[in-house]
Amino acid sequence: MRFESPDTIEQAVELLNTCDGISRVLAGGTDVLVQLRLALVEPELIVDIKHIAGMRDITAEDGGFRIGAAVSGAEMGEHVELVALWPGVVEAMELIGSTQVQGRATLAGNLCNASPAADSVPAMVVANAVVTISGPNGARECPVADIVTGPGKTSLGKGEIITSIYLPARVNNSGDAYLRFIPRTEMDIAVSSAGVSLTIDSDGVVTHACVSLGAVAPTVLVVDDAAKAIIGTKLDDDAIATLQAACSAACNPIDDKRGTVEFRTKTAGVMAKRAALIAYSRAGGSK
Amino acid sequence: MSKIHVSTTINGDAVEYLCEPSETLLDALRDHVGLTGVKEGCGSGDCGACSVELDGRLVCSCLVLAAEAEGRSVNTVEGMADGEKLHVLQQKLLDHAALQCGICTPGILVAAKALLEKNPDPTETEVRYWLAGNLCRCTGYDKIIRAVMDAAAEMRGA
Repeated sequence: MRFESPDTIEQAVELLNTCDGISRVLAGGTDVLVQLRLALVEPELIVDIKHIAGMRDITAEDGGFRIGAAVSGAEMGEHVELVALWPGVVEAMELIGSTQVQGRATLAGNLCNASPAADSVPAMVVANAVVTISGPNGARECPVADIVTGPGKTSLGKGEIITSIYLPARVNNSGDAYLRFIPRTEMDIAVSSAGVSLTIDSDGVVTHACVSLGAVAPTVLVVDDAAKAIIGTKLDDDAIATLQAACSAACNPIDDKRGTVEFRTKTAGVMAKRAALIAYSRAGGSK
Repeated sequence: MSKIHVSTTINGDAVEYLCEPSETLLDALRDHVGLTGVKEGCGSGDCGACSVELDGRLVCSCLVLAAEAEGRSVNTVEGMADGEKLHVLQQKLLDHAALQCGICTPGILVAAKALLEKNPDPTETEVRYWLAGNLCRCTGYDKIIRAVMDAAAEMRGA
């Protein structure tokens, strides 16, 4: 195995693009190092991107924030303005692993690891986050929702590296939230999860909503029927019940040691219901 | 395969070592630098026994490649005591009998020190969440939590 830590993105892309064997990008390493140890992957080349300008920066841009691909969860949680703008995305990121893992783990890494149970991805999807990618043909942008194509699989091509993730500006009276079910309080992987982002008007009526589910299908589900159920309402009990039912109906989970199909289907609806109520409260709505 | 030459700072001292590309910082600290306070429990970032500070940030050294330490600063449990004088956290773990086999103890100490530098007055809940990634199979945690709370109180008073 070869270890390289280039200073420019062009060098990093060139290294990856000209490597004939298996290669891995290293940012926080909290997934890559585990895969190396378990010999799940035996790469010929590791490219550490942390010395490339911008990779470790959180930058204000057009009312939103651009998060470099090597920014850790701990750094996101300490960024007061980012937490104020997208609390749901930050809380999703901060649920991943221990304090130690938070010191290294990254949003881009959580996305590229492409686990169906990735905590940050449902939250980024409802935030309409946009990924910037550098590759052999230059830079391109892509919605977060189009990166993961299946468990462990992404749409990134050979030599392509995610350089940053952009969380857009918000209109006033907007809020987001992310919740997951785990059988204990820390250090676990989602059995089911939900992200909600919404906007309300001055009367507290929901004008825009997006609802996503994690860990209940091969990739994150965006449940349009759940969003429709709460748009035009003040999250009254009927609207919430319809949202919950729509989420459960959308689930297509697996049975495994962490949860059965039935359990995941039920708890995904409950997570979505609770996340919607938190997002509504963060948007300034009162019930 | 050629080895990688790494120049880094460990517990305030300039240190150089040669490592394989696939070696972790945990491997390098134990096998090349001789700092065996850092322990390998799981090797996959679950147990926290290999906790160190990397540029002031608490991390698992098993999840860091040895080559990544180039130009950076690493703090381990060996840097906590001042000569023969133990750090308050070390003394409090002894006073509260908050260890049995001792494998988790260096990681607990490094993690607790990082917490108290960030938050000198944590609640018990905050201590428990902060240390959730430091597994102890002996004590049942209660004495560890009490020792950290006691150390925090003494350090605030000092």
